[in-house]
Amino acid sequence: MSKINTLEDLNKAAKRGLEAIIPSKTKIMVGMATSGIASGAQEVYNALAEEIKKRKLDVILSKTGAMGMDCIEPLVDVLQPNKPRLAYSKMTAKKVPEVIDQIMKGAVNGTKPAYRMDEEEFICLNEKKPYFKGSIPKDMEGIPSIWDMNFYKKQMKLATRNCGLINFESIDEYIAKGGYFSLYKALTKMKPDEIVNEIITSGLRGRGGGGFPTGWKWDETRKAHGEPKFVICNGDEGDPGAYMDRSVMEGDPHSVIEGMIIGAFAMGSSQGFIYVRNEYPLAVANLQRAIEQAREYGFLGKNIFNSGFNFDIRIGKGAGAFVCGESSALFASLEGRAGEPRIKYIHATHKGLWDKPTNLNNVETWANVPAIISRGGKWFSSIGCKNNSGTKVFSVVGKINNIGLVEVPMGIPLKDIVYEIGGGIPGGKKFKAVQTGGPSGGCLPDKLINTSVDFDSLVQAGSMMGSGGMIVMDESTCMVDIARYFIDFLEFESCGKCVPCREGVYRMNSILHDICDGKGTEDDIKLLESMSQGLVDGALCALGSTAANPVLSTLKYFRDEYVAHVRDKKCPAGVCKALIRFKVDEKKCTGCGVCLKKCPSVCITGEKKKPHAIDQTICIKCGVCRESCKFDAIIVE
Amino acid sequence: MKVGEMVNFIIDGKKVEAEEGAMLLDVARQNGFVIQTLCTHESVGRSGACRLCVVEVKSGKRTRIVTSCMYPVTEGIEVSTKTDRVMNVRRLVMQLLMARCPESEVIRDMAAEMGIQPEPRFKPETDKGKCILCRLCVRACQETVGVSAIGSSYRGHDKSVGPPFMEDSKACIGCGACAFICPTEHILMEATDGKRKIWGRTFKMQACEKCGRYFAPVDQLKFISQKTGTPLTELAVCMSCK
Repeated sequence: MSKINTLEDLNKAAKRGLEAIIPSKTKIMVGMATSGIASGAQEVYNALAEEIKKRKLDVILSKTGAMGMDCIEPLVDVLQPNKPRLAYSKMTAKKVPEVIDQIMKGAVNGTKPAYRMDEEEFICLNEKKPYFKGSIPKDMEGIPSIWDMNFYKKQMKLATRNCGLINFESIDEYIAKGGYFSLYKALTKMKPDEIVNEIITSGLRGRGGGGFPTGWKWDETRKAHGEPKFVICNGDEGDPGAYMDRSVMEGDPHSVIEGMIIGAFAMGSSQGFIYVRNEYPLAVANLQRAIEQAREYGFLGKNIFNSGFNFDIRIGKGAGAFVCGESSALFASLEGRAGEPRIKYIHATHKGLWDKPTNLNNVETWANVPAIISRGGKWFSSIGCKNNSGTKVFSVVGKINNIGLVEVPMGIPLKDIVYEIGGGIPGGKKFKAVQTGGPSGGCLPDKLINTSVDFDSLVQAGSMMGSGGMIVMDESTCMVDIARYFIDFLEFESCGKCVPCREGVYRMNSILHDICDGKGTEDDIKLLESMSQGLVDGALCALGSTAANPVLSTLKYFRDEYVAHVRDKKCPAGVCKALIRFKVDEKKCTGCGVCLKKCPSVCITGEKKKPHAIDQTICIKCGVCRESCKFDAIIVE
Repeated sequence: MKVGEMVNFIIDGKKVEAEEGAMLLDVARQNGFVIQTLCTHESVGRSGACRLCVVEVKSGKRTRIVTSCMYPVTEGIEVSTKTDRVMNVRRLVMQLLMARCPESEVIRDMAAEMGIQPEPRFKPETDKGKCILCRLCVRACQETVGVSAIGSSYRGHDKSVGPPFMEDSKACIGCGACAFICPTEHILMEATDGKRKIWGRTFKMQACEKCGRYFAPVDQLKFISQKTGTPLTELAVCMSCK
């Protein structure tokens, strides 16, 4: 590969890339992000490779990132010349020969693909390229179009624009999607202050959760005195159930790198760092490969695009501490010290990494930058809602049908995410709450289901945007237990520097455990409230001061559940073992004996075809009887 | 920020004047306000870990709780050192520390002075000794002595201070700065017959060539000699005989 110095060079690479994206022969793509691999994509990929070799087929086997719908992975996308692109869901190695048969026949008759795509969007180029000309082949008419599916209908992919579409190992494919053209534009046609102004115009706010206007932050760093200046990408995603940044780093690493180079040029920085946890090995590998490719093409290094601008990026691997997502702790970790936050009354934009002016943005923020530079700040600000422009990526998990990664315009009602995109609650159960913002966020109840999903409305509702984790809970979730779960996580993740977080969260956890064990009192609720306020006011960093949020928000919206635990010694959701009893509903029990056989503590007795009984003195409340009963005859009180 | 320029502001209704950028805690103390702290010491840098020094600061329209030991004063701020929010934090911190270190008289006395009772709901701990994890010792060892023989390990509630892996530290020179600076007397230093024991390691003491008094560990004198280039023989006399 030779260096790319001119627009002509860039166009040549884009042409190569486009031939790889929409080739003139059959291409099979396997979703090989972590979400795919976890559900068996590697075996599927190997089986495909073997089958292709065995049959000596002239097809391209390629890898791609996560498209979003994780609940139907492994996904295998098939693109044949002049045909719609088809996505085979829940693929297994076993299904491979049959699907290959189908592909080679060029007809859909056996395994039905989950959806089809008729065209591919090139966001940065503002164009759509059709996969085929004319009308849809007859046998493919019955396959739903991706954009007609509830999961995708209301989505808009900007930050994840290339995830699941391009091969993350190919820089040419990224360039074909309009990548590095924004960098060319920024370096050759724009002045640093024009770039900053474009970002200010876009209204882009920090996607890591704080929601601080990115353009203003860049402006501060640009104007700050002191050399050198640093730009950093915060990839220390640590919220339970959140994997938005991982998906972008894995599926489209160049978008982050290009955003950083543009930002560095605008702010006058020559060194960047991507801080990513080592628990994301695939993200680290994909970023590392992308950095090396960018260096080979001359997008990183000296005299980029002959502009005289020099910039390089290094990866800083974290050991996976939650607190290292906090800016000052992240700096400490990058500097080689223990990841502990510092008190800062001077912003990082003036005194950050090694006390030098530093601009820290989250993965998703950086990934948006190239699109803004190519399409303009005005275009970006037209998406979303007032003061909250653009889109936000969420990982929607928990008690929900469609688990996956979704990117929606800001301002979408919460209920659209839960019921339309998410497909509602499984098993006909009732929705209870949705946790946004990770452990430091809050739980929003059913009555707030119409809340607009944007930075300001979520804070107003008592939660926060956070980096984008969204955990859905149904009626079988105990909210005290949930608060205990998050506090448990935060106790484990507290760095231990300041007293309120280290000792306070530990004490709150033990009180919550007591409440779940039926040993709580009404005074405990008051104590939890005053301790929460003490944490909000007294903790050293944002992790500590928001650590009480799970307790505060569940107390605000589900106080009756706490009261039931401490006063009536009951767990209304039937979760807290010390407060529940499993009983046989004699009317429903058919005496089939399944529970009796499955019970690990041998506490169920009864004759065949007669109602059984549970001996409460030896029952360990594992719930196996309830799970195994086909007649709903085990009740929880 | 222009250093040296004087700024005027208010603490609990009293007008005060100070150099811009001076730390609020120091200005408050110079003006007679009592703010307790456990993790500050004049010979080491500040960390803001104990949270006892928090005060409320109104700056423009914004009121917030700040760490006074590290908050640089600016013109026109209104500081309140005893609001309900502030007192709630201090009470919580003292109650948490009393539960962590029930044996510590220093903590108990300080709480009594502040009129704070232990929280009965917090079960006293039995394995933390008197260590409140202020890490003044760690900073003294690193910043003042320059050997970094001790540090912290683990995180959160399991955090502890000591030499690496809690083994005899080869870097330790036995100077005792950590024991001296420890606000709760958690770090024990025993002296017997020309020997000093600290962090589980025994150090041989140097007897003064003039008065015969054991005055410093030999390792410490070697360290000073190495650092300053002063011959070891010149260091064998104690401070009072010099």
